Amino acid sequence: MKLTLKIWRQKNAQDKGAMVDYQIDGIEPDMSFLEMLDVFNEDLMSKGGEPVAFDHDCREGICGMCSLYINGEAHGPDRGVTTCQLHMRMFKDGDTITIEPFRAAAFPVVKDLVVDRSSFDRIQHAGGFISVNTSGNTIDANTIPINKEDADKAFDAAACIGCGACVATCKNSSAMLFVAAKVSQYALLPQGKIEAVDRVLNMVHQMDAEGFGNCTNTGACEVECPKGISLENIARMNREYMSASLKG
Amino acid sequence: MALDSKIPSGSISDKWTDYKDHINLVNPANKRNLDVIVVGTGLAGGSAAATLAELGYNVKAFCFQDSPRRAHSIAAQGGINAAKNYKGDGDSVFRLFYDTVKGGDYRAREANVHRLAEVSTNIIDQCVAQGVPLAREYGGLLDNRSFGGALVSRTFYAQGQTGQQLLLGAYSAMNRQIGRGKIKMHNRHEMLDIVIVNGKARGIIARNLITGEIERHSAHAVVIASGGYGNVFFLSTNAMGSNATAAWKIHKKGAYFANPCYTQIHPTCIPVSGDHQSKLTLMSESLRNDGRIWVPAKIEDAKAIREGKKKAKDLTEAERDYYLERRYPAFGNLVPRDVASRAAKERCDAGFGVNKTGEAVYLDFAAAIQRYGKEQTYVKGLDSNDNALVTKLGTEVVKSKYGNLFQMYYKIVDEDPYTSPMMIYPAVHYTMGGTWVDYNLMTTIPGCFSIGESNFSDHGANRLGASALMQGLADGYFVLPYTIGDYLSPDIKMGPISTDSPEFEAAEKGVKDQIVKFMNNNGTHSVDYFHRKLGKIMWDKVGMARNAQGLNEAITEIAALREEFYKDVKVPGTDKGFNQELEKATRVADFLELGELFAKDALHRNESCGGHFREEYQTEDGEAKRDDENFAYVAAWEYKGKPSDAVLHKEDLVFDAVKLVQRNYK
Repeated sequence: MKLTLKIWRQKNAQDKGAMVDYQIDGIEPDMSFLEMLDVFNEDLMSKGGEPVAFDHDCREGICGMCSLYINGEAHGPDRGVTTCQLHMRMFKDGDTITIEPFRAAAFPVVKDLVVDRSSFDRIQHAGGFISVNTSGNTIDANTIPINKEDADKAFDAAACIGCGACVATCKNSSAMLFVAAKVSQYALLPQGKIEAVDRVLNMVHQMDAEGFGNCTNTGACEVECPKGISLENIARMNREYMSASLKG
Repeated sequence: MALDSKIPSGSISDKWTDYKDHINLVNPANKRNLDVIVVGTGLAGGSAAATLAELGYNVKAFCFQDSPRRAHSIAAQGGINAAKNYKGDGDSVFRLFYDTVKGGDYRAREANVHRLAEVSTNIIDQCVAQGVPLAREYGGLLDNRSFGGALVSRTFYAQGQTGQQLLLGAYSAMNRQIGRGKIKMHNRHEMLDIVIVNGKARGIIARNLITGEIERHSAHAVVIASGGYGNVFFLSTNAMGSNATAAWKIHKKGAYFANPCYTQIHPTCIPVSGDHQSKLTLMSESLRNDGRIWVPAKIEDAKAIREGKKKAKDLTEAERDYYLERRYPAFGNLVPRDVASRAAKERCDAGFGVNKTGEAVYLDFAAAIQRYGKEQTYVKGLDSNDNALVTKLGTEVVKSKYGNLFQMYYKIVDEDPYTSPMMIYPAVHYTMGGTWVDYNLMTTIPGCFSIGESNFSDHGANRLGASALMQGLADGYFVLPYTIGDYLSPDIKMGPISTDSPEFEAAEKGVKDQIVKFMNNNGTHSVDYFHRKLGKIMWDKVGMARNAQGLNEAITEIAALREEFYKDVKVPGTDKGFNQELEKATRVADFLELGELFAKDALHRNESCGGHFREEYQTEDGEAKRDDENFAYVAAWEYKGKPSDAVLHKEDLVFDAVKLVQRNYK
């Protein structure tokens, strides 16, 4: 396949950055999108250029490190996948592909296509945990039975990989789906209930402090989420938040 | 230096309890005066950092990713073992211990493995208390499944994302401590050297990967939790960034490196599709619970399939060779990973492979879909002779068990595994070798500990499925927190360690010199060019099967490649900021040394055991032939300037509680 790539190049956080056009040939449909970029970078380097920086690690869709806004969509045109699972068979010979970083005020650009998502970590520091000591003296795990349906729902929420696609795709750069996934996981489990009030208040407060926008129920986050985290979680978080506000 | 494993005396089942009763403790007020550095934040490093901080130590944690949540433990799919005996199928601490020692082909340290089995039950309790959503049965209790190499059902799981959920549990425990200020987290930092002052580990030199700044960090002890070195093969199931640098740098400063040749080849991975390939993707071993592995029985059929003239479903059951069920009737498709991997290679080498390159076998769910579908028709009172209905209901059951794995396969291969069998082939997955540690998990550098995959101690020559997660969390949550306190207790009056000493100065200079060298090299080839070449040598000559001739060639070729790398590598850009090529260069430099030691270790071990298969040492029916008389020891290598000069030290393995027998899965 022969492709035209329009790639965002930006030296560092201070640099202004710009789109640059490149041509690439010899791309196979079996390649993943990131393997295509590997091949592209090798080619660029052999011509004396500096490779395009992009985030990636596990390359099997689970670590959440890869990002990329491809042709106007977070993680590109396929559904239910991360960029590392996107394959070139989704594109056609001669296509032009636009590649940009995940853009949001709370995700500043580090270099080229790499952004800083540590705002997500700071939201978790504010309350994304259950306060249990790691003493080895916790009660037997089967002492508290958990309804299978609740456990499965908690799992579905916990499956969030923290990639940030929800933020990147949201017109308000809202982090509601990400935060709601964590709040929901713990709200659905008996172990998380005791701290539920503080957790949701603290996490929502931190989310606002990081500069994420508000949710206007557009639902784009759910569509672009590679792990199928559902909007139901945002509804659950809103309920948790309302009731916590009344108690708090 | 003679190796002292410091295994406590007494009977195997009392060692850990007695040990804990007699170690020195640090009082909580004094823990505030002690700093600990943890390098790596996966299951082992994350759980250790959280627990040490909770105990009161000041923890400085480092990871090269942008968040601790991305550590490669997150990719583990199948599950975590624990001797809970919730199923009442005969499991016990001793049986888990026994299976692990046997599964490791009697090359693990008995005392460590028993401790691991003992604390395994606490791990499940701990994780559930942290809100890890492990799979439940309809009665609300925890569910289990079985895994290769065991006859009991002791594996706890969270769909096919067990590693992710356990890691997020450890990450949440870390978050709690980061929020309290007890852990200072350094994301996007890479440890490039250790600093030793008066014979003790007292700090590290790290590069801030965003600014490029070289930083000095001091502590009273350093914990390495940097994972394995499978990426020495270039193609592996490891994450792209997984590297050996932290472990290799401490080796160069005095930590012995044990059993480097013990590599786990995982039997169920998606086969290589072309030269552009950057990594291999694992399909969870849990699939072997329901998937049947086969190749065509007749070589003509295999050829026809490779040429696209026939399809898997064109062959009747009689025309298929379910070679694992045939060779190992007792364990069948659930034989341990090394046995399953070698059997697949044997069939493919004999010409029965089923993809274009001839390096793939089938993993088939058709029988499971029928079996589950029939069961569902009985449960629901429907017509069990309605084939379409049976298939539909059976597919639903298989989907609920393995749906995410099937989807992953479909996305990569572009073929539907519900209707045509998956193609799989073995790939490098996990390294059982690593830094040598004593019973306290301390390396031969005082004050430098190594936990999880980065040490060598618990898996022997082969790791059973679902035991890596167990070891990572056992070391971090429940073992290191005790042993490090015993080590730190004399240091309570020491005060903060200064970074202004000549030792820090020298270590920093070494790191800077290497970086300057790379930046000014102006060669012609990229880092990946050399990494791929190294990987090819490793896979061809130091991979699933090895022989003396190939190993000797590999040693020479790797040394030559290393020389070429230093002459001809090109690292573009600058060292003053974010530079992914520079990151790769420092890592590949270490792999180019480690690879040679790896081959040297494989060459000296004149036996076959677990993941180490020497073609010269096999039984008449092609099974691995161990030599306990001459090789029942840990090979711990001391660095002497070059991998070829490394000096071998032996820790004899003594088995009191289990009797060494030939592994038999028939």
